[in-house]
This record gives sequence, structure tokens and C-alpha cells, in this order.
Amino acid sequence: MKIVKKAQAGTMQSSDLMVFLEPAETLNVTIESTVLKQFGALIRAKVDEVLAKHGVEAGEVRITDRGALDYAIEARLETAIMRATEG
Amino acid sequence: MAGFKLRRSLLYVPGNMPSMLQNIPIFNCDSVIIDLEDAVPLSEKDAARHLVKRFLMNYTDRNKELLVRINPLDTKWGYEDLKVVLPAMPDGIRLPKADTPEIVERLDTLLTEFEEELEVEIGRFGILPSLESALGVINAVGIANSSERIFALAFGAEDYTASMEIERSRGGEELFNARTRVLWAAKAKGIQAVDTIFADVSDMEGLRAETELAKRLGYTGKCLVNPRQIEVVHDVFAPKQHEVEYALQVIEAIQRARQLGTGVIALGGKMVDAPVVKRAARVLRTAYAHGMVDTLIDEEAIHGAQ
Repeated sequence: MKIVKKAQAGTMQSSDLMVFLEPAETLNVTIESTVLKQFGALIRAKVDEVLAKHGVEAGEVRITDRGALDYAIEARLETAIMRATEG
Repeated sequence: MAGFKLRRSLLYVPGNMPSMLQNIPIFNCDSVIIDLEDAVPLSEKDAARHLVKRFLMNYTDRNKELLVRINPLDTKWGYEDLKVVLPAMPDGIRLPKADTPEIVERLDTLLTEFEEELEVEIGRFGILPSLESALGVINAVGIANSSERIFALAFGAEDYTASMEIERSRGGEELFNARTRVLWAAKAKGIQAVDTIFADVSDMEGLRAETELAKRLGYTGKCLVNPRQIEVVHDVFAPKQHEVEYALQVIEAIQRARQLGTGVIALGGKMVDAPVVKRAARVLRTAYAHGMVDTLIDEEAIHGAQ
């Protein structure tokens, strides 16, 4: 799926995350997290997995994480992708 | 006895809050109602249903009944809620504003379609209709009979008082007729009745008084807005030790009576016959579910051998 417009999903509550998406020529993922040191790599792996599952190959992807578990990362990213790709 | 399920406490959990959803496994309530309706702002309906879906799919080691309150089916969100959440296998759907039997029948049809699509047993998803308007209360009997998926009727006083253009009072006198009508419909159909929420989380005394009233009338459970309310509600619905002891004596007395070839006997100066035995059996079943007695009473003890 192609990111055609700016979109965001999630909240800044604890155990949640905010996902910001913007159209771009290449794929660029940045992650900010309260637990970046311990879990940065795992968050990145989950983000990559969900992007691949939805066929997102290009876009500016910005994640602000507040200690979210995998299911929440997946859900918020999915919602953001749907919002950024729908006509 | 088959299918008897204790539903004393049904706790609402907002659908768009990971911090609350993640605590569901540790709440000691009997059921949880994950809310996609009133607790979710209009702009986040899509986000909440996907969050709930992912949460449920991840929650494989389930330890309580999981219901999802969808948006009403006449809104643009209701159908989409079902479509996204049902593949994650909740136990049932709480249907808000179940004002007429036709609304429930519509949900029943949709659930059947989804069950066929998901290749699960027809009837797997239960329905808990909310009677929360003057119209819903008037139609209670028809609603109770509108689908075999309905395992209980839930009374919703907040919307009901709004539809009546009245305020909800601490004593609850204004709810008496509606509460009773919902109960009659549930009891006549042989299903459970679940009382409305008590919104003031700091007023435990008020919660206890309202739960005691609901229990006296015949309700077997209550909806809750905060996990702190669980303990009070369980305490009220638990049979008291003296009730359990009396019920055991009743069963013993009626068995003695049957040996004498009669269906009626005196116990402590009071008559014991079939309706008394039936009430005692209900106390003992609830006591068993609370772990207060070791054995489950059998049908023969209640009705005698043919």
C-alpha cells in the first residue's frame, strides 16, 4: 500500500504509542521511546514486520513510544496505514 | 445446570486504552465488557476496534468471559466493529440501545453470517442486549425471546433516565418499574438479569446498597465502571453462610420426606415443599460456584426420582 497523505494514530498515554506517517520517496523509520535502549531493536523489528505485511515500501514513519506492547504497536501502525492510504 | 455461568460482575473497560486492556487478565471480575461505544471518541472508532482486535488475538490464555460493546447497528460504526473484532473471538456482543426485537434479530443474522464465514459453530457468539430506553423496557419480553443467543438481559439506567427525561437518584425509586419489567422478561425466559452501572466510584456504601436492592429484586449480576467495585459486588452476591447451611438442611429434609412418601415436611417449624427446595437448590448452585460447598447438587435431589 502506498502512503498518499499525512496521518497519525495512537495516544501519548503510557503503554501506548503515537505513529506519524507522511508520503516520501524512500522508507525512513525513526523511533523515540522511553525504553529505546532495552527494546529499540524489538520495536523496530515489529514496525518493519507490519510495514512489510501491508506492503508499505516508502514513507516517513515516525514512532513515539510510551512503553507499548507488540499488539498495540501493530494495531496503531495498522490504523495509521489505513488512514494514510485511504482515498 | 449445563451452561450455568456465574455473572456477578461485568466490568467495562475502555476500548482505546492499552493500559486498561492489558490489565484485563488480572481483574478478578466474572466478565469484561470492552467498550467501543461511549468510551471511544468518534474520531478514534477505527483505532479502537483494531486495538481491541489485536489485544484479543494476543490474549490466548483467557480466564474470564469477554464481551465487546459495539456501536449501535444503525450507526456507521456498528457493522465495522463486528467485522474487525469477531475474528478475534470474543465470547459475545453487548448490543447497546436494543430497543426492539427486530434490532436484536438483525444482530443475530449478522453473527450467523460471520460464524459461517469464520467457520465456527453457529451460536458461538452470545448476545447481551442493553435495555436502556422507555421503548426497550416496554419491549423487554419480545427482546428476551428474539434470539437464542441471549444469555441475559442488561438494564442500563443512565440512558434510560435520559430517555425518560428524569434524573437518577441515590435511592433509585424512579428505576423500580423498569428494573422489575426487565427482570420479569428475563426470568420468564429463564435467562439472567444484569443490573445497571453505579457511576460514583468513591461511594462504596451507595454501591453496596444499590447492589443489595438489585439482588433482593432478583438480579444476579451488575455492570461496573471500575475494578475497585468488584469486591463489594461479589460480597453482596455471595450466599451468606447461614443461607447455605439452611439450604443444605432443606435438601436433607426433603429427601427424608420422600423416604416417607410425601413431598412436604416441616423444618424448624416451617413448611418445606417444592418451591422451597427450588430456592435452596439455587442457593447451593451459587454457593458451589463460589467454592462454598464441595459438590454440585443433582437434579434428583431437587425433584426426587420419578
